[in-house]
Amino acid sequence: METSLKMDVPVQHSLLDSTNQNIISRPIDRVEGPLKVSGQARYAAEFKLPGMAHGVLVGAQIGKGSVARIDAGGVEAMAGVLGVVTDFDLFLRNSAQGMATEAPCQGVREIAYFGQPIALVVATTFEQARHAAQALEVTYEKGEGRFDFDAEQGKAQPKDSTLSSQGDIDAALAQAHGRVDGVWTTPSQTSAAMEPHASLAHWEGDSLVLYGSYQMLSTNRMQLADALGLDIEKVRIRAHYVGGGFGAKLGIAAESVAAALAAKALGRPVRVVMTRQQVFETTVRRSNTRQRVRLAADTDGRLTAVAHETLTANLDGEDFSEPVSAATKFLYGGANRTFGNEIVRMDQVLSGSMRAPGEAVGMLALEGAMDELAEKLGLDPVELRLRNLPDRHPGSDLPFSSRSLAECLTIGARDFGWPRRNRQPAATLDGEWWIGLGMAAAARSNMLIKSSARVSLQPDGRALVETDMTDIGTGTYTVLAQITAELLGLRVEDVAVHLGDTTFPPASGSGGSFGAASAGSSVYLACEKLREAIAGQLGGDVDTLVLSDGMARMGNISVPLADLDTGPLDATATIEPGETGENFVQAAFGAHFAEVGVNAHTGEVRVRRMESTFAAGRILNEKTATSQCYGGIVFGIGGALTEEMIHDTRHGAIVNRDLAEYHLPVNADVPQLKVRFLEERDHAANPLLAKGIGELGISGAGAALANAVYNACGVRVRDFPITLDKLIADLPDLP
Amino acid sequence: MQMTLAINGADHALDVDPRTSLLDVLRDHLDLTGSKKGCDHGQCGACTVLLNGRRINSCLTLAVMHEGDEIVTIEGLGTPDALSPLQAAFVAHDGYQCGYCTPGQICSATAMLAEIKAGWPSHVSDDLEGAPELSAAEISERMSGNICRCSAYPNIVDAIADVGRDRS
Repeated sequence: METSLKMDVPVQHSLLDSTNQNIISRPIDRVEGPLKVSGQARYAAEFKLPGMAHGVLVGAQIGKGSVARIDAGGVEAMAGVLGVVTDFDLFLRNSAQGMATEAPCQGVREIAYFGQPIALVVATTFEQARHAAQALEVTYEKGEGRFDFDAEQGKAQPKDSTLSSQGDIDAALAQAHGRVDGVWTTPSQTSAAMEPHASLAHWEGDSLVLYGSYQMLSTNRMQLADALGLDIEKVRIRAHYVGGGFGAKLGIAAESVAAALAAKALGRPVRVVMTRQQVFETTVRRSNTRQRVRLAADTDGRLTAVAHETLTANLDGEDFSEPVSAATKFLYGGANRTFGNEIVRMDQVLSGSMRAPGEAVGMLALEGAMDELAEKLGLDPVELRLRNLPDRHPGSDLPFSSRSLAECLTIGARDFGWPRRNRQPAATLDGEWWIGLGMAAAARSNMLIKSSARVSLQPDGRALVETDMTDIGTGTYTVLAQITAELLGLRVEDVAVHLGDTTFPPASGSGGSFGAASAGSSVYLACEKLREAIAGQLGGDVDTLVLSDGMARMGNISVPLADLDTGPLDATATIEPGETGENFVQAAFGAHFAEVGVNAHTGEVRVRRMESTFAAGRILNEKTATSQCYGGIVFGIGGALTEEMIHDTRHGAIVNRDLAEYHLPVNADVPQLKVRFLEERDHAANPLLAKGIGELGISGAGAALANAVYNACGVRVRDFPITLDKLIADLPDLP
Repeated sequence: MQMTLAINGADHALDVDPRTSLLDVLRDHLDLTGSKKGCDHGQCGACTVLLNGRRINSCLTLAVMHEGDEIVTIEGLGTPDALSPLQAAFVAHDGYQCGYCTPGQICSATAMLAEIKAGWPSHVSDDLEGAPELSAAEISERMSGNICRCSAYPNIVDAIADVGRDRS
């Protein structure tokens, strides 16, 4: 059986609100948990194939130019070396952007950025390959590169699709009672998923099987097939467990094509695992940004103007530009509005999507500006936001599908004890620490992406879910099992979920906070179809069918699911975005409240307390959703306080290309966070009535901290991250 | 070169390149892939194993140095059907997301609880002499050699505190 739904009209009623297995939304443990905690979950590099050889990538040691010569002779004579593999036409120069359906930029004779992979050294063992890769002699023709953003920003080119304007910003600013006009900057950042990119390639005849560490298998397969000139049917990708992604694994990276070509050339399986340094240098980064935000408000504290204009960087030929003003466009009202991005062309590693592309850094500026405006107007920051929530999208005039932002702000403020905040900066001391409170709104656009799944009822009455969806830590295995169990009346342990294999129906993949809702909706639709088939077998109307505890009941009939005719009983379903995506503004919302301490002597910032309240439609599993939010919030802590990838302005090399020098938050940087969800349903989003949650936590989190730092010590930093060197000179004297 | 390593209570005779790290022996030669490689530089903690009861980064040490040592990996702490108390607590408290840093976190926590029990102070201990408390601050401080980019830190602290309380 097949079925599909295009979301052209809101779903008035979700079956999840009337079934009675009582498993949806419950905070159950991850179904794959025991495998992960015992080291039995197998990630890409952990599969073993007979005759497998090890490849180590060699990256360019110049930032711009070309490869004159690779002298492989010496290396090929080294112990264990099987070959030096390169292909100046086919090797990937850049990683693929998320959701691309074609190969990314190929060809590695030209060097576009420092560290760009140019060859793969393959040997019998990893140790031999690593040694030989370090010894490979490469001669370069050096070119002139663009490595200094400040020097290049004057040459920025507008990205036309991002430009929009209404009213007269300048006039509104001139007439305003209160105004803010400032520039915020954010540095290059990296996703730094704990599992480095890895591919194990082997050929079965003219077909490629690749164990990879990727987020979106159905499009990764298209990218890989196109890069290698293969029919898509000849490419299979498997990624059953993925050690984090956060955007860096949305598209295929260099190791995939290198492994595939080497395996072909050598006639044996080849595994290529990037070093941590290569992950930094050659995968993808979040661009640095330079954002100008202008806000104007009248005497009632109502916004009259909102402008958010941004410079981002990228390689030649790459169209992606961090959509920094994504949430600014709909979060607050104001009749006069201007938005737009310009791209600065730099010879530095690809810029692409990292967790909450847009909101993650854009809300640092917007919500910082709102804090500054509140102070100028003499208004409480929560009150300023409440006064400026628009009834409809301020630009398009579309309605919101659901928006519990006011409730998040007011409930969050109450629970946090916000009313006790001293509005005066640098007024509260605890020993040698200045204490401050700050807040910010959270908003992240909601999306639905085409996604398919097959659900089968097995002869033993259990269910099997199959889709090429991934679980990158997002809880996919668990929430798909919960949806199926709820709709078919099964225990979760009686649902098997098989993910991460392109032989299964193609899914949305994990990205953009759309994974659970998109893949989950396809599973919902398949289960709905199975319910109809079961009702048909019982000879009645599906509306009278009750499935619970492994039994199908209808009127006086009660039959174990295992007694149904299951030969076969399966349904393949597809969800597609439709007109509800165009007719409604869809976003998840929330509010962050934070308390920080700023050391009066050193300027060190410590996060003391952080509470966040979110509304994102139906929460599919309260436990995994909470964890997702923790993760986003901690990404926000990193972005606000520590994370900064530094490019050497002489040759573009990343100076701090490891986990000692790129400062991720560690356990001691994070207090015991508190996350609360408000009850909500979004009927325009999907049949689950759920919205995405994977990126909501990061959106606004860093701004709440920056605003708290200001409240603590009276120093306003618009140049992220807020490291102590930016505070220390201006810290107030201790009383 | 030839060596014999005692891992999870069993002796393993190996013939490997002397450059092979303990981590790569576990993962590539013994198929004990529970120990993870996140950085290969001792910066992330994903490769943490127990060496004679103490936690070490197995990527920072050569296998050949460890003949005669007792090595315990995540596979030696428990299995899916018989989880150790910490493994079970990580599941119950959702002390992970992607799961890649998790074996290292659990090995690290196993040894860390023993360090607290033995009275070792940390940077955040008020008193260098007395018995350290099992506070959230102590756990966070002592677990900061294990990075979790999914940032399950609050849940990791809760999981460890649960087990630590039961033991004390």
